[in-house]
Amino acid sequence: MGEAGAGLLAIGLLVLALAVVHLPLGAYMARVYGGGRHLAVERLVYRVTRVDPDADQRWTGYALSLLGFSAVSVLFLYGFLRLQGDLPLSLGSSGMPADGAFNTAVSFVTNTNWQWYAGESTLGHLVQMAGLAVQNFLSAAVGLAVAVALVRGFARSDTDRLGNFWVDLVRGTVRILLPLAFLAAIVLVAAGAVQNFMSPEQVRTLAGGTQSLVGGPVASQEAIKELGTNGGGFFNANSAHPFENPNPFTNLFEVFLLLLIPSALPRTFGRLIGSTRQGWALLAAMAVLWAGSLVAVTAAEAAHQGTVPQAVGASLEGKEQQFGVWNSALFATATTMTSTGAVDSSHDSYTALGGGVLLLNMLLGEVAPGGTGSGLYGMLVAAVLTVFLAGLMVGRTPEYLGKKIRQRETTFVALYVLAMPFAVLVGTGLAVAFPGPRATVLNPRPHGLSEVLYAYASTGNNNGSAFAGLGTDTVFYNTTLGLAMLVGRFLPIVFVLALAGALARQRPVPVGEGTLPTHGPLFVGMLVGVVLVVAALAFFPGLALGPVAEGLA
Amino acid sequence: MGLQVLRQAAAGLRVLVVLSLLTGALYPVAVWGIAQLAFEHGADGSRVGDRGRTVGSSLIGQDFSGPRWFHSRPSAAGPRGYDPLASGASDLGPENGTLLRQVRQRRAAAAAEDGVAPGRVPPDALTASGSGLDPHVSPGYARRQSARVARARGLPERRVAALVGDHVRGRLLGFLGAPRVNVLELNLALERLGRRGPGP
Repeated sequence: MGEAGAGLLAIGLLVLALAVVHLPLGAYMARVYGGGRHLAVERLVYRVTRVDPDADQRWTGYALSLLGFSAVSVLFLYGFLRLQGDLPLSLGSSGMPADGAFNTAVSFVTNTNWQWYAGESTLGHLVQMAGLAVQNFLSAAVGLAVAVALVRGFARSDTDRLGNFWVDLVRGTVRILLPLAFLAAIVLVAAGAVQNFMSPEQVRTLAGGTQSLVGGPVASQEAIKELGTNGGGFFNANSAHPFENPNPFTNLFEVFLLLLIPSALPRTFGRLIGSTRQGWALLAAMAVLWAGSLVAVTAAEAAHQGTVPQAVGASLEGKEQQFGVWNSALFATATTMTSTGAVDSSHDSYTALGGGVLLLNMLLGEVAPGGTGSGLYGMLVAAVLTVFLAGLMVGRTPEYLGKKIRQRETTFVALYVLAMPFAVLVGTGLAVAFPGPRATVLNPRPHGLSEVLYAYASTGNNNGSAFAGLGTDTVFYNTTLGLAMLVGRFLPIVFVLALAGALARQRPVPVGEGTLPTHGPLFVGMLVGVVLVVAALAFFPGLALGPVAEGLA
Repeated sequence: MGLQVLRQAAAGLRVLVVLSLLTGALYPVAVWGIAQLAFEHGADGSRVGDRGRTVGSSLIGQDFSGPRWFHSRPSAAGPRGYDPLASGASDLGPENGTLLRQVRQRRAAAAAEDGVAPGRVPPDALTASGSGLDPHVSPGYARRQSARVARARGLPERRVAALVGDHVRGRLLGFLGAPRVNVLELNLALERLGRRGPGP
């Protein structure tokens, strides 16, 4: 079978697997967040932590709990990273410096998993397993909680209550992420991923050289890294590393894992608001964007335009032989269209157009299907913006799912839309304005600008993948990229919760003659258009000077 | 307000500690237990041995140079390549002059060493992988090396070519991934072939 036929079959198998689990997983998550009794283990957690699970919170209370929890998580992880040299299983690694520990703590708590360090030479097993992987679970559960709170804003009426943050956090962790991660980790380890607590061991190679064989609790971290759309590799090479991703099966399985929850959430949304066709509409918009991006990246890589790919005869620099061009392009598209940022190939060495589309994927705000939870709330905000713009065109008050989109709601939507470009563009501007940060750019000219823009796009969108040529282990980058992650994560979350609070207070208006239907192809097309136009307005100049200029050169 | 924030933070710390025990200790240790019971070989890194000693992992590529060995792909992991303590890619872009020079040098060197036309050196021989630890080369690159290896080891060329053929792995299920040859396993088999003598 030819490369294209095999690649298409792999994509087909992936889509089929996602389709099979879509309905049951979507319905299951709706039950988890839809109320009902607490499990015994959850009651135990609430008792030990002295949290009242039956308190219903206003949006302000919900936001305060979320921010308090996240602040404590950053501090805890910061301390863990600083002190790791004095803890067991450190493998001789010492504590991280202050700026690096700040960056990494923020990175994992914000679901970004940007990594300035190389795991195998910087971190011991304990801090990876009990520090970083814990946030892989909890940051994903926080994203789910915010999405569910927004959905409740649409589903509820005449109330100022959005649910209980602690219950949503614990249920997402205990009932969704933990069981799925456990199953996924067993599959990975059965397929050859490593799971041990060994220190690096030096062996004499066959040809008489030496090589250090590394180990660690890798499979357990790999599973939640994909499932929670986190992306932080146990090793520097991330999912290109054979111990994280040993063969073509695990490669496709990991793509499946990182798309699993985000692609099922529109179903959860449909169930919770009592209209599954509204969920199908969001899923359709996600699918259109995702498929378009996949075609563009794969075509660019297969055509291998550019000086070096033409000299080589294929776009194979930075790609594993066993994954080849097609499966690598599939992984790259999925990881930048969600907020994952795991990589099975070096994005920096992609063709100008292929790498440019990966950059654009993140700048679209990661809504197709987006991060765990953050994809759904991002797409819902885009849907509200779409009905608002449609309302402007026909001159009537817009509404979505029976809720009026008035000045208050529009304000929060506008603030949400502006937060991410603010983090990305201010960060990129600062970095290229000063000679210090410019000095660590690896590749010359337009590709260098792409590296910087990619770094702030990745952190501002909590993705975490990198055009890794940029040397980011400096105080400047650790600090500003850390701030970009904080701004890109928590400002939108606060605006989403405020929007949810405003929506929940409304009494739904009945569907009338002039109501724009939000479940048909017309609305899906408009939604896709809005997502593209918002990104284009903010980022066209940057993209033109980076990947576009390089591709035309 | 200040008190409220403090109270939320204190609750957050308690929840964090409890969930850390669950997701950061119980979960990885449970996976480790099952892995060690049922999948020990893979969980410990798919080690391969030769005459009673571990020589590496079948998942981690090694540096092989000189005419007697099948060569791995170029590697950007550490200054000498294939260093598992420094996994990673070159991260050089598609218009990068340094990478272009490297590709040209690699093409000339491989063509001269294996006695093939420069245009017939396959792409995987010219490029570094994403991990820097790629254990595989393409079947085409392995085949182009077999005449040189056979000559250097004094083995019949058809025996070496047959050995390469035995080590070609196609796409998984016929469509997943790309065809490949594991270089460490191939070189190990080559050593064993040499020890048994060239045969008939």
